[in-house]
Amino acid sequence: MSKKTDKIDALAALSAQRSETGETLWKAAFKRLRGNPMAITGAIIIAIFLVVAVIGPFLVPYSPTATTWLGEVSESQALFPGPRAENWLGIDHQGRDEFSRMIVGAQQSLLVGVVATLFGLVFGALLGGIAGASAGLGGRIGVWIDSIIMRLMDMMLSIPGLLLAISIAAMIGQSVATVMIAVGTVQIPIFARLLRGSMIAQAQADYVLASTSLGIRKPRIVLSHIVPNSLAPVIVQVTLLLGIAIIEAAGLSYLGLGNADTTFPEWGVMLTDAQRYLSSAPRFAVFPAVAIIITALGFTLLGEALREALDPKLRR
Amino acid sequence: MLRFIVRRLLQLVPTMFGLSLLLFVWLHRLPGGPETSILGERATEERRAQIRESLGLDQPLYVQYGRFMRKLIQFDFGDSIQTGRSVTTEFLQRFPATVELTVVGLTIAIGLGIPLGYLAARRRGGFLDSAAVGGSLIGICIPIFFLAYLLKLVFAVQLHWFPSSGRQDELLDATRVTGFFVLDGILTQEWDASWDALMHLILPGIALASVPLAIIVRITRASVLEVLSEDYVRTAEAKGLTEQTVRSRHVLRNALLPVATTVGLAVGGLLSGAVLTETVFAFGGIGSFLKDAIEFRDYPVLMGFIMMIALVYVLVNLAVDVSYSLIDPRVRVR
Repeated sequence: MSKKTDKIDALAALSAQRSETGETLWKAAFKRLRGNPMAITGAIIIAIFLVVAVIGPFLVPYSPTATTWLGEVSESQALFPGPRAENWLGIDHQGRDEFSRMIVGAQQSLLVGVVATLFGLVFGALLGGIAGASAGLGGRIGVWIDSIIMRLMDMMLSIPGLLLAISIAAMIGQSVATVMIAVGTVQIPIFARLLRGSMIAQAQADYVLASTSLGIRKPRIVLSHIVPNSLAPVIVQVTLLLGIAIIEAAGLSYLGLGNADTTFPEWGVMLTDAQRYLSSAPRFAVFPAVAIIITALGFTLLGEALREALDPKLRR
Repeated sequence: MLRFIVRRLLQLVPTMFGLSLLLFVWLHRLPGGPETSILGERATEERRAQIRESLGLDQPLYVQYGRFMRKLIQFDFGDSIQTGRSVTTEFLQRFPATVELTVVGLTIAIGLGIPLGYLAARRRGGFLDSAAVGGSLIGICIPIFFLAYLLKLVFAVQLHWFPSSGRQDELLDATRVTGFFVLDGILTQEWDASWDALMHLILPGIALASVPLAIIVRITRASVLEVLSEDYVRTAEAKGLTEQTVRSRHVLRNALLPVATTVGLAVGGLLSGAVLTETVFAFGGIGSFLKDAIEFRDYPVLMGFIMMIALVYVLVNLAVDVSYSLIDPRVRVR
């Protein structure tokens, strides 16, 4: 457990550093990002994904749930019409337009990724923020609050992520919201540790001492100085998680914990459905799989580039 | 050193206690209960109450928890509601499968990851480097159950190189000693049984290895690159030491420290991945049993399994911390 926590803490501590030239970490990081092909590729992939997910569903040629071409599909003969002029990616096993399903599925995947990440971020940051603030400022009671919250987070970290997600999914039943909450909950302790570690590192900074000597009240120092400066590792984690959430959501869908309404397209559900047709119609699996991999790749590339840009040790 | 280990083990007690309390309250809040799984949706209210009473689920939660803890002190997690056998028995029967799978996955990841990472760093910017970095990025982004299916389809269903499911061919009727099938075959000198079990492990092992492999390649590469620019490596090379000596004595020895940490962290991911991989290959480890236990609301199994997995995970990381100070004498754990 301690190595996992140490690693998060080390990442958090790095955000406290500033470059020698005095420009802020963020400005320097942005400059480095612009010159990094990894970051550019990631950003382009994410931009395309966002456009498709947000605007796409309004432009799709057919309803993603309409089984218009069911008559042309024959499961026993493994007959599934492939890509053609009216259906760009062919027909799926239920006679639905695969292209429309992929586009609407993008929206679902984006929704799952964003909501899950927000869930983890909001609760994690809240807990981490309270812990960090009480550790730095609250005296004896503060130390108590801090250690209670952090021991709780350590316990959550000691359960492998998917098991935690499965037990949460079991608790609240099978739905899209389940997947979002389950994936997000796994991230709560990581966000909490990141923000707390980063805040404690920031509390040693000169500007905190300066603000204190100027007589600024502690809550204000925390909110307007320490917290904004502690966000770097949290933002890196957000970017990385957006990609991971989509993969993890697919895994939960595979275990049968996702959306109960399987007619509604979501990449993870589509991939799970496709397993039965892997030998007769491999494209059913290939389209959602490639979409998941590329999207996750986009977020990972940008996230890693961001981490590299913010972490002086990785810079070379 | 010993003091450090003892202190860490003592710290485990409150953590596991807290975890048990948290899990207990949490799991018993799950809607539905084992009575629904046993009797079905349409059972009468009386029958339900009867079952709940016989399982002791009608009592207040703190009474149930007290009873659970009293048993736990004697290392008794109670009996599975599904199978009626003791949770410890169920765990010991299935855990070896997951351990075997995890060990094979980890062996593949380490055995391939460290050399690949080293070579990528040595030929920085070359083809191998780009391939290793690109491959590791994709390795992280590919859903593990999809990779497992692909491997199964290509190498088991179409090429017939490996078996497609299970842990061992039933027809072999192998003798069981430890529950670790490969080891059993060696102990009883039933070599074909051992070999067959190993073949069953290859495909799930590869699927499971994908994520840790990707991470180990990247960490090794970054770490070797850092060490390669150190003065002592240049000195060693200037002294005219052979490439091999520089590699083993100077570069790898120093570069492997962060890798050791990563391996410890990867165990948690491996246990998660094992649930998915075991499901695809019908492997009969703890993964699928745990999944059934959730649907069944089999509280004793859920409590017992999750706590034991958490314990294993924490112990593995303690072992990693200890090995860390053995590899590097400078690291004196506090």
